[in-house]
Amino acid sequence: MQVLKIQNVYKTFNPGTINEKKALNGINLVLDEGDFVTVIGGNGAGKSTMLNMIAGVYPVDQGQILIDEANVTKLPEHKRAKYLGRVFQDPMTGTAADMNIEENLAIAARRGKRRFLGWGITGKERESYQEKLKALDLGLETRMTSKVGLLSGGQRQALTLLMASLESPKLLLLDEHTAALDPKTAKKVLDLTEEIVGKDHLTTLMITHNMKDAIRLGNRLIMMHEGRIIYDVSGEEKKGLKVADLLAKFEEASGGEFSNDRMMLS
Amino acid sequence: MASLINALPGSAAQGLIWGILAIGVYITYKVLDYADLTVDGSLATGGAVAVMCIIGGMNPYLAMVMAFGAGMLAGLATGLFHTVFGIPPILSGILTQLGLYSVNMRILGKSNQAVSVDQYGLIVSLRYIQEACITAGICCLVITFVLYWFFGTELGAAVRATGCNQNMARAQGINTSSQKVLGLVISNGLVGVSGALYAQYQGSADVNMGRGAIVIGLAAVIIGEVVFGKIFHNFALRMLAAVIGAIIYFIVIAIVLQLGLSTNDLKLFSALIVALFLAIPHLKGRYFASAGRKGGSAGA
Repeated sequence: MQVLKIQNVYKTFNPGTINEKKALNGINLVLDEGDFVTVIGGNGAGKSTMLNMIAGVYPVDQGQILIDEANVTKLPEHKRAKYLGRVFQDPMTGTAADMNIEENLAIAARRGKRRFLGWGITGKERESYQEKLKALDLGLETRMTSKVGLLSGGQRQALTLLMASLESPKLLLLDEHTAALDPKTAKKVLDLTEEIVGKDHLTTLMITHNMKDAIRLGNRLIMMHEGRIIYDVSGEEKKGLKVADLLAKFEEASGGEFSNDRMMLS
Repeated sequence: MASLINALPGSAAQGLIWGILAIGVYITYKVLDYADLTVDGSLATGGAVAVMCIIGGMNPYLAMVMAFGAGMLAGLATGLFHTVFGIPPILSGILTQLGLYSVNMRILGKSNQAVSVDQYGLIVSLRYIQEACITAGICCLVITFVLYWFFGTELGAAVRATGCNQNMARAQGINTSSQKVLGLVISNGLVGVSGALYAQYQGSADVNMGRGAIVIGLAAVIIGEVVFGKIFHNFALRMLAAVIGAIIYFIVIAIVLQLGLSTNDLKLFSALIVALFLAIPHLKGRYFASAGRKGGSAGA
């Protein structure tokens, strides 16, 4: 069962201007059910653009995107949301700061459903959210009516992750969701990601700048460069990868420019 | 002093009537984070529709419903300008407001249309201020109650999420464009009701009655927030704070008029009050930021 199929997708930003940027150059990618794919690549390689194209943030110039075998190429972002759980790099993006924790969860629980004049949140939901928050082990279960704006970045990312996985999405999109966090919090959120993805066997596409994480997590790894997928490895071969192997791949693809990239530091 | 005290009930009645508009402005400005200037036009539209309906023999309560509908249409126009045509929020409102001037002239047939409380069974009139206060007060309470319920529903939560974080809303499957239109429709419907009551209260609908209404609405919302922001956390109470803000505004106006301010200078005075209250949080933030910097350099 193919959960995601990207066919020959092209995207150029600001075409015909001095700021023209070819972000995606004929991307092809198929994800099977249960795939956990890590995505690496330098700045401007097109990783985030690819995730945003899947989510429908921008229209594609050319090509097709199928999610769960449905052609979503022309669907607007809010209509694709029923298939997708998303966590963003910026902890501010994934939650509504002026609404409280339980309201944010209740909104996420209605992703892909018709919203009308039913109660925004029910007593039964509250109980189930409390349990799920408790499982995060961040003490959020006692702060269900606190505004999300009062939480730390790590807590917000953990909450966004819970929101994204609340109604098991067909595909989970993680866009460097630990990059803005301090190392300790990042580890905590990453452990949580592993736990959530593992528990529900979610098909996942995760961008990361940390090559160790990219090798350690998931069953498949892809490397992007200049809007193309230049390396796609899975199974035993992926398990056997070393950071040095990936660096060599980068060198090969980019002619040395990556040696200065921030990827070296992580 | 005695004349000031005599003026207070009138200020309260006006404040309560404009309080409905303040609730409408609260929805766009605070909940939806959208500075909607349609208000200046939709207030007069509400007044014009109500007065013409009443003169035409319609039941005044039904006329209020018509005014509500007319206001909603005005909000719909602004909403479509913004979401379908991609016109920036403020400009969308200005366009609707400008267009509504002609519409209002068409509805009224002339720039001012009187409606006498002796001839028609008006809902409120400045002849009976106490009754006007009670009626307008009940309206504010009922509207607050209904909105409190609405914003607790799935749909209401979607509107709030849209105002708070559009990226999050879309990622959770919310059509942010339709939520914005919905918010604008509800808001301007209420502004229409406010205009309908105000026209009856003063005994006429005037094509210029909405000039500067958005500033009064913002003043009410901001005064309400400054005075009650620390103690009112409940959503319903926050809307009522805007109503009380409107009453405070009209009392302040009565006081400065007593002190000898010319009525011609009132709009300037209102604009300055709103500018001042809008500036306070900004200047406060800047003051504390620079104080923090100074502290930092002293430490280093």
